[in-house]
Amino acid sequence: MSTKIITPVREFADLLPQEYQDLVARGPYFEPKGIEDLGTFKEIIEEHPHCAGCGVSLGIRLVAASLPSPADTVIIGTPGCSFFGLTQTAVNYSNTAFGNQNAVASGLKRMLRIRYPDQHKDVVVLVGDGGIADIGLDLTLHSWFRREKVTTIMVDNEVYGNTGGQESGMSKQGQVLNMAPVGKQFPKIPVFEMAKVSGCAYAVRVTVASPRKVGRAVRNAILVAREIGPTYIQIYTPCPTNLKFPPNRTLEVAREAEKDYYAYEEFITEEAANYLARL
Amino acid sequence: MVREQTVVSPEHLFFVAPREEVFITGSEAVAEAIKRANVDMAIAYPITPQSESMHLVGDLYAQGYLKDYYRAENEFAVMAAIHGASLGGGRVFTATSGPGTLRAMEMFPVWAGARQPIVCAFMCRGVSLPPSIQPENIEMAMLLDTGMMMFHAENAQDFYDMILKAYIIAEKPDVHLPVGVFVDGFFVTHTRDKVMLPAGDLKLPPYNPQHAPVPAFDMETPPMRIVRDPLLIKSNFISYAANASWHQEVMAAAQRARKHIVRYMGGLLEVENPHAKVFIAASGTAVSQSREALRELRQEGIDAGLIKIKSIRPFPEEEIVASTVNAHLIVVPEFNAGGWLAREIKAALNHNSRVVAGPRVFGGMTMPKELIVNTVKNALKARAGVS
Repeated sequence: MSTKIITPVREFADLLPQEYQDLVARGPYFEPKGIEDLGTFKEIIEEHPHCAGCGVSLGIRLVAASLPSPADTVIIGTPGCSFFGLTQTAVNYSNTAFGNQNAVASGLKRMLRIRYPDQHKDVVVLVGDGGIADIGLDLTLHSWFRREKVTTIMVDNEVYGNTGGQESGMSKQGQVLNMAPVGKQFPKIPVFEMAKVSGCAYAVRVTVASPRKVGRAVRNAILVAREIGPTYIQIYTPCPTNLKFPPNRTLEVAREAEKDYYAYEEFITEEAANYLARL
Repeated sequence: MVREQTVVSPEHLFFVAPREEVFITGSEAVAEAIKRANVDMAIAYPITPQSESMHLVGDLYAQGYLKDYYRAENEFAVMAAIHGASLGGGRVFTATSGPGTLRAMEMFPVWAGARQPIVCAFMCRGVSLPPSIQPENIEMAMLLDTGMMMFHAENAQDFYDMILKAYIIAEKPDVHLPVGVFVDGFFVTHTRDKVMLPAGDLKLPPYNPQHAPVPAFDMETPPMRIVRDPLLIKSNFISYAANASWHQEVMAAAQRARKHIVRYMGGLLEVENPHAKVFIAASGTAVSQSREALRELRQEGIDAGLIKIKSIRPFPEEEIVASTVNAHLIVVPEFNAGGWLAREIKAALNHNSRVVAGPRVFGGMTMPKELIVNTVKNALKARAGVS
């Protein structure tokens, strides 16, 4: 969008809600912002109702601050904890049925390409682990097989948080959770590995304990999805409420996971690497 | 490659443009409608008896009539992707049948709740109760309360006309709801019939996403925060009341469609022989069989009339009451085991003991006119006290 679209005429400016005036005066649209600027500009997200210490809300904030073109970005989600924060973003956000996000994004991206052939409209899927790895796995994989130019971001808290702490396919083996009364019987679903062999041109596994890496990954993923093909980012976003650790330990838990089983990894095709180098 | 066509007004395409007769299948009639519908994008997934129509829509894409088309992974994904494409502000088309309808079920209320003017064709067939691929329209009963508008075509001509008119009615700013256009599979899709068509180089005006009660999902409409405190995530009276009033508005929008249905489709129903005391009321191909039954009844001296119900949602309650005010018998033949149309009619009428819910055929059975004739005669005998 042109910034003219959201700038009110002077005569009406003070009639608009304070929030809207804030978005115009200190929002993310007018000049490039990044994770380093968090706290110095009107954040994209405000007053979300996530639990104290929520890794998902931190993941969403890091992503939102890293969008290369927030004025032309739409986010597709799915029901779950992530929508509490995502509904507060300053970009168009929709979640409809559980698990359908990559199909909705496929249709939307194609239609935006028809309607805006000379303009980048970035379509980003941002949902939890249950939405991608379990109920939406087939639709996620098929969007990658079809090479849909969409960025898919998983905020992986290793649990169904919003429904009350049930096992998801991304929970760790052995973890005792609701619906896993004797501990989960199989390992985390290797969605990151699947991304590499299913058509993604760029994929990153990272945790919220490394915010700069998250920011770089989001930016790269969205740029690569514009021209080359699908991209995937998997962010570990620990859940103190359901994993039963104190909310002030979220970053520590993420840092420990990074050393243990959630090491940073970047996958990029030669074509995507050449494209990023040219920018 | 973009196909050169002339944009004409809906009124011109529907009522003025000269038409020529062709002899085509119902599936081909779908493609003829989409060719003239100025559709941006279609998404397909195969299922009998829908498949052929979506092959032909794919051919239209290859010929440059559509701007995008693909084969998706299952019907839930199709209906989700069609929803996404519609959110993006363009005109879309898809179609499915029976089990595909049920597989996609979760998305239909989403379309209505999001106020997307999606047009979807349903080539009705049996579902697994027990498994059947044959003609049967039980899936319509399952869609009655999804918020979607529902038109039931009798034949290939209806199918062609209703699909095109569905776009124009669905996209009215005071309506802006999805429309399902239904036919009984095989009977209409796989048989040839005479269809009157205007020239193929004419098409409808494009969809205008600015003429809508909800903004397109493209970051071009302020305020940018179009999802603000969504009703789903709050638990308080205000959010329940907001949700309920939005839901009521979806239903009210379907009621506001009535005037457009009257204008473009000539009414929600059609009545033949309005002064009759005995009526057959039907929708879809049961109407064609009822016409044959009517002819035979008249030859036997029974003065019967016919009510063809074209719009199932909104349902023409008042029109049915008015048309049957002097009737003492209303027979409702149906191609399904559940008898959903008879239930709808009974719920609309006073003195609904006048309604005979049947005959009904299913599992792929045809409906011989004798079945309807005998039902009428038996009911008349029973009412006269003759067993």
